[in-house]
Amino acid sequence: MSLSAPPHTPPPYAPITWRGLWTGLRLVLPLLPGISVFGAAFGAGAAHTGLTLAEAVLSSGLVFAGAAQLVSLALWQQDWTLASVLAITLVVFAINARMILMGAALHHWIKTAPPRWRWISLFLFTDANWIVGMRYHAEGGRDYGIFIGAGLTLWSLWVVVTIPGYLLGSLIGDPHVWALDMIMPMIFVTMLVPLWNNLSATGRSGFLALVPWGVAALTGLAVNAMLDGYSFIVVGALSGALTSALLPGGERA
Amino acid sequence: MSALFTIHGGAFLALCSMALASYLCRVGGVWLMDHLPPSPPLKRALQALPGSIILATVLPLGMKGGVSALCGLAAALLIMILTRKDLAALSCGMLVVIALRQWGF
Repeated sequence: MSLSAPPHTPPPYAPITWRGLWTGLRLVLPLLPGISVFGAAFGAGAAHTGLTLAEAVLSSGLVFAGAAQLVSLALWQQDWTLASVLAITLVVFAINARMILMGAALHHWIKTAPPRWRWISLFLFTDANWIVGMRYHAEGGRDYGIFIGAGLTLWSLWVVVTIPGYLLGSLIGDPHVWALDMIMPMIFVTMLVPLWNNLSATGRSGFLALVPWGVAALTGLAVNAMLDGYSFIVVGALSGALTSALLPGGERA
Repeated sequence: MSALFTIHGGAFLALCSMALASYLCRVGGVWLMDHLPPSPPLKRALQALPGSIILATVLPLGMKGGVSALCGLAAALLIMILTRKDLAALSCGMLVVIALRQWGF
């Protein structure tokens, strides 16, 4: 059988099933309460900053990135110039640059998406379906519907909760008290445990396997102490990946 | 009331530009990996990348969030190791942060 197959047959594309879309929705359910409050907090901040409701909803629908949207409010203008548009764009890019790395880390799955869905589905790419997708794929799942179902769920919710947040924003009060700054890190930290297995796949054992993570953590902390903004994520993550590339691996690497 | 539904021209342009920047970030890494030739070091880098992203995000944000944030993250990690249930870990972590902040930490 395998002898008669041509040597360069491309792998078949991942399926996209209704069941997969539904599973994607189910997998992000635990994250939805936190994300709703986060989205509502953006709505509240947008109202406070002077965006119209339509502009706030458009931001959630088009930009669809919580941290970037919240920070962009600090740079919001009533009269836009080319310079202020460029400035806000650069800040949004800097905050979302972590998604470049996330895309690279999930490339082995995304590349199996049917071509016509691939670039469209990436519009829905965000921290939460990255986390859910990494885990699902690591556990052997292949249905690309999970990525799309999780993304559509997150996107719809994100757009909808902007509205009550905008209209009733004063009810939320101080976001710091409700720990809104901790939602994303909290979601991330729960993912660290299932990722442990992934790390041992480098073929290194014990302590050595943890060195890249340690470098990433320390570099992130150091960059955060030295620079404002969010560059610590990308610099820290890249330093961990680079360390892993330079360290010798086991035979399986 | 109609002011709610107005979209100003400048704001629209800014939002489209922000959306484009975000989309480029979403596709950038995937596109890059399409074009980089596979090699063992690259493979090792990618294996360490997800955990590196998480640690380089979580620890600095925890430091920014103060004692309450660090305790909450530790609680979430502990519950996750013990039960492997995201929702339990997530809600315990958030509750710890909120409770500590109510008490002024």
